[in-house]
Amino acid sequence: MATRRKAVSYCLGLESTADDFSVGILSFKGKILANEISVFMPETGGIHPREAARHHAEVAGKILAKAVQKAGIRPRDIKIIAFSQGPGLGPCLRTGATAARALASYLQVPLVGVNHCVAHIEIGKHITGAKNPLTLYVSGGNTLVAAFEAGRYRVFGETLDIAVGNCLDVFAREAGLYQKLGAPFGALVEQLAARSQNFISLPYTVKGMDLSFSGLLTAAIELLHRGQHRLEDVCYSLQEVAFSMLSEVTERALAHTEKPELLLTGGVAANKRLKSMLETIAKEHNAKFCVVPKQYALDNGAMIAWTGILAYQHGLSTPIEKSFVRLKWRLDEVYAPWVGG
Amino acid sequence: MLLKKGAEASLFLEEWQGRKVIMKRRLPKAYRLAALDETIRVQRTAHEPQIIHRAKEAGVPTPTLYLVDVANANIIMEFIEGKQVKQILNELSQVERASLCRHIGTLIGRLHSHGIVHGDLTTSNMILTPQGKVFFVDFGLSERSSELEAKGVDLHLMKRALQSTHFRSAKECFEAVIAGYSKVVGKDAAEDVLNKIREIGRRGRYVSER
Repeated sequence: MATRRKAVSYCLGLESTADDFSVGILSFKGKILANEISVFMPETGGIHPREAARHHAEVAGKILAKAVQKAGIRPRDIKIIAFSQGPGLGPCLRTGATAARALASYLQVPLVGVNHCVAHIEIGKHITGAKNPLTLYVSGGNTLVAAFEAGRYRVFGETLDIAVGNCLDVFAREAGLYQKLGAPFGALVEQLAARSQNFISLPYTVKGMDLSFSGLLTAAIELLHRGQHRLEDVCYSLQEVAFSMLSEVTERALAHTEKPELLLTGGVAANKRLKSMLETIAKEHNAKFCVVPKQYALDNGAMIAWTGILAYQHGLSTPIEKSFVRLKWRLDEVYAPWVGG
Repeated sequence: MLLKKGAEASLFLEEWQGRKVIMKRRLPKAYRLAALDETIRVQRTAHEPQIIHRAKEAGVPTPTLYLVDVANANIIMEFIEGKQVKQILNELSQVERASLCRHIGTLIGRLHSHGIVHGDLTTSNMILTPQGKVFFVDFGLSERSSELEAKGVDLHLMKRALQSTHFRSAKECFEAVIAGYSKVVGKDAAEDVLNKIREIGRRGRYVSER
C-alpha cells in the first residue's frame, strides 16, 4: 500500500423525513466530517410530500457527492449507511430509503434504520455534552417532551393535534408572509413579534403535560382577519401564548422527572424568546440548559449518521427486507440499548 | 418548608393555626408575560376551590380548604398524610395494583358523572392514605364539563401518565381504571368514552392505527 493510513470507520447518514434532504458523515468516534443539507421550499402553500420527494431525488446525487468530497474520505472507508426510517412523510422517506439501500448494497456494508426523533436527541446530547436530559423537541412536524427511562425514550408530553412549528407556519402563510432560504416562517413571525409589546389574549390550552395548538391557530387567524390589530401584535401574542404553553409543560415534566439537564432542539429552538423562557425554567430547577446549535437542531444527516453508529455498535442493523419506512414510528417504540441507565 | 416546586405552583408544608397545612402558592413565573401570568394564576386560584368543593359533593376525597386568597393566588389546605400513588404503584403486587387502579377508576367515574374533568390525572396527583383512602389533590387544571371530548382527554392523559411512568404495568393498570370507571358511569357511557379515547389517540402524532 502506498499510503499508510490508520483505518478509521465512518458512517454516512441520510435524512429525508420531510422538506430537507441531508447527508452527514461521521467517524465512529463522533467526529463530524460533513453535514450537507438541501431544503425544499415551495413558493406557495405547505410541503407537498410528492414534490418534496421529487426535490430529494433530484438533489440526492449532488448532495452525496458534496458530502463525501467535503469529508475527504474514500467511499470504501464508509462502514455503515444509516437512514431515517421514520416518522415522516411517506414519499420523502421512501426516496431516502431507496438511496440508502442502493448505497449499502453497492458498498456492501450494513444498513441501519434510525428513528428521526431519537436522532434529534442523540445528536443534541453529542454536541452539547448533555448526558441524561429532558428534551423539548419543537419543529414543524413534532412537538414533544421526552426523557430516557428504563431502556427507552418516553414521551411525557406532546401535542394533541398540530406541531407548534406548523401553527406558526400556517399563521404566517395566512398573514401573507413569504419565506425564503435562511428566513423561514418562524423567523419572520419572530421578527414581527419583536416589534410589539401589545398583548392580546388568545386561548391557552394545556392538558396536563400535553398541548393543543389548533384552537390557538384558529383564534390567531380570526384575530388577524378581523383587522383591528397590527400583525406585529398578533405575532407577539401568538408567540407569547404558544411558548408559555410549551414552557409550562416543560416545567411540569422537569419537576416530574427531575432530570439534571434540559435539552432544546428542533427548528423552533432557534427562537430567542422560547430559548430565554426555557433558560429561566432550567435555572429555577437547577438543570443545565443545553440548546442544540441550528445546523444540528434542524433536520440533518449528521444526526442520522451518529445515531446509526450508536445503534450499530450495540449490534443493531436493518436487513434490506426490514428496511421499509415507518411513517408513524413513535419515539417510545424505539429500543435504545446504547443509552446507559 | 418548600415541598415541591411545580409548573403551576409551589407547595409549602407549614404550621397554621396549630395544624399541619399545605400552602399552595401560585408564584409569578418569570418566563411568561406579566399580563398572561397574572390571568393564569388568578383564574386557576379562583377556579380550583370551586372544583374541589364539587368533587367533594361527588364523593371524591379531596383536601379540606382553610383559606383561599385569590388576589395573592394562595390557597391553604389540609395536609394529607400518605404516599403518592406514583411512588408505590410499581411496588404493589399485581392484585393490589389492579384493586387500587379500579378504585382510582371509580373516583374518576364519580368526577365525570358530576361534570368535572380533572385535567391532570397523573399518579403524582393521587395520595393513598394509611387508611386506604385515595385523595385527589391537584385540581389546578380542572374544568366543569360534561362533554365526551373532555372526559376522553382526561382519561387519555391518565393512560399516557401510566405509559410514561409505570410502563411495565400500564396496560393492566389502565384496564383496571376503566373497569372501575365503567362501574360508576355504566357500561354504555364507558364504551362511548373508550371510543373517544381511541379517537383522541389517533389524532396524535404518529399513531400506528391511524
